[in-house]
Amino acid sequence: MSAFGERMSYLGEAVASAMSVAIHPRRFRFGDFALAFQRAACDGLPVCMGMGFLLGLILAFESAVSLRTFGLHSYVAALLAIGLFRELGPIITAIVLAGRSGSAFAAEIGAMKTDDELDALSTMGLAPVGFLVMPRVAAAALAMPVLTIFAELSGLVGGALVLAAMDVPPVVFWSNVVSASSAFIIALGLAKSVLFGAMVGLIGCIAGLRTRMSADGVGVSTTAAVVGGIVSVAVADGVIAVLCHVWNI
Amino acid sequence: MEHIVELEHVDAGYGGKTVLSDVSFSVERGEIFALLGGSGCGKSTLMKHMIGLNPVLAGRLTVAGEEWSAASRARLCRRIGVMYQSGALFGSMTCLGNVMLPLEEFSPLSRRERRAKAMELLASVGLEDAAGKMPAEISGGMKKRVAIARAMALDPDVVFLDEPGAGLDPLTSSALDELVLRLREERGMTFIMVTHELDSIFATADRCAVFDAARRSMVALGAPRWLADECEDEFTRMFLRRGGRA
Repeated sequence: MSAFGERMSYLGEAVASAMSVAIHPRRFRFGDFALAFQRAACDGLPVCMGMGFLLGLILAFESAVSLRTFGLHSYVAALLAIGLFRELGPIITAIVLAGRSGSAFAAEIGAMKTDDELDALSTMGLAPVGFLVMPRVAAAALAMPVLTIFAELSGLVGGALVLAAMDVPPVVFWSNVVSASSAFIIALGLAKSVLFGAMVGLIGCIAGLRTRMSADGVGVSTTAAVVGGIVSVAVADGVIAVLCHVWNI
Repeated sequence: MEHIVELEHVDAGYGGKTVLSDVSFSVERGEIFALLGGSGCGKSTLMKHMIGLNPVLAGRLTVAGEEWSAASRARLCRRIGVMYQSGALFGSMTCLGNVMLPLEEFSPLSRRERRAKAMELLASVGLEDAAGKMPAEISGGMKKRVAIARAMALDPDVVFLDEPGAGLDPLTSSALDELVLRLREERGMTFIMVTHELDSIFATADRCAVFDAARRSMVALGAPRWLADECEDEFTRMFLRRGGRA
C-alpha cells in the first residue's frame, strides 16, 4: 500500500472508531484520554501562555511604533484582539501543540510499535486506532481551545503592557479590545482551534502507527508528526480564510 | 486427538515475498510444539500467520477449526494468547492492569471477579507480589511471565510464545521452561513456541517443526530426541546435535 493509501486507511479507521465511540461511549478509554489531556493541556499551558504573551508584546510593539507617528497607536488594541482571536491564537497554539503533543503521540505510539505492543493489541482483538488514537485525538482537540484562550489572554496582557508604556491607559486598551471583538470572531477562532487540535493529534498518532521497525524509525515519525501537523494546520487555516472571504464571514 | 492449529500446504511470507513454501503440520490440544530453525528461516513469519497478523500467501491455516478472516477475527482473537519476545506489556499500566486488560474488554465478569481472576493468573506465574508494579520496574523474565499470564486471561485454546528464552540468563530461561510445563500440566494448555534455544526445546517440546532457510521449507517434524538421533535430514540432525544434548 502506498504511503498516501496507508494514511487514508488509518483516517478511515479513525472515523469509524469515532462513530463507534459515539454509539457506544463506554468503549471510550477515559483514563487514557485524561492522561493525554493532562499532558497536552495542563503541562502545555505555561509554554502556550509564554508564546502568546511574547507574540502579543511583539505585535503590539511593532504596530504601535508605526501607528504612533499618526497618533493611532491606541487602535493597536483592536488590531491585536482581531488578530489573536481570529488567526494568531489558534495558529500559534497549534504549532506549540504539534511540537509538544503531536511529537509525543508519534514517539509514544512508535515506541509501542517497535516493542510489539501494537501487535499485542491486534492479537487481543483490540484495534490500535480505537484503543490508542481516539483518546489522544480527543484530548488534543479539547486541549486546544483551553490553550488557545489562555494564549490569547496572555497576548492581550503583553499588548496592554506595551501600550501602557506608550501612555495608553489599560482602560482604553480593554475598551478597544471589547469593541473590536465579537462573539462570532471568538467562536470562529475556538472552532478552528478544535479542528487544528484534532488534526495535530491525528497526524501525530498516524505518524506513530506508521513507524518503521528500524533504529531511526521513531525519530523519523516524530519529525513527520511535527512537520505534518504544522503544515496541515497552515493549509487548513488558509482554506478557512478563503472560505470566510468567499462567504463574507 | 483434537487439532488446535492445522496448516495445509501453507506458503508463508510478507509483502508478496515467499519465505517458506508448502508447510503442513498440525498441533494437538495439550501439546507443546516448537517451531525451530536458524535466524531468518521464517519461523517468526509463520507464527505471524498463525496469530492472524498477516494472511497466508497460499494454502489453508486453521485455528480451532476456523480460518483467519475478517468475520472470524474477533472470535479467534479470544481463542489465542500471545507472549511476545519483549513481553509487549503496556508501560502505562501496572502488571495487574495488563493482565486485566483482555478481561475488561471481552469478559462478562464483574470488576471484582476480573480483578480476582487477574490476581489468580499472576499467582499462577508466581508474580502476585508484582501486581502493583509497572512493567519498567520488573525484570525481563518477570515481564515474560506477566505476558504469559495476560495471554492466558481469556482461557485460550493455544498460547503462542515468541522466543521465550531470548535475552534471559540460563536460570531464568529454565524457570520459564518449568512454568510452561507446569501450566500445561495444571491447565491443559497448548503451547506453540518459536525458538532456536535447543536446551529449552529438549526440556519442554513434545514435537518440533524444523525449518531451513536455504531450502525455504519445513525439513523435519517430530519429537526433539528423535530428530536429533534418527531423523533422515542431515541439517536437522546437525542443528539439534549442536545443542550439546544429543
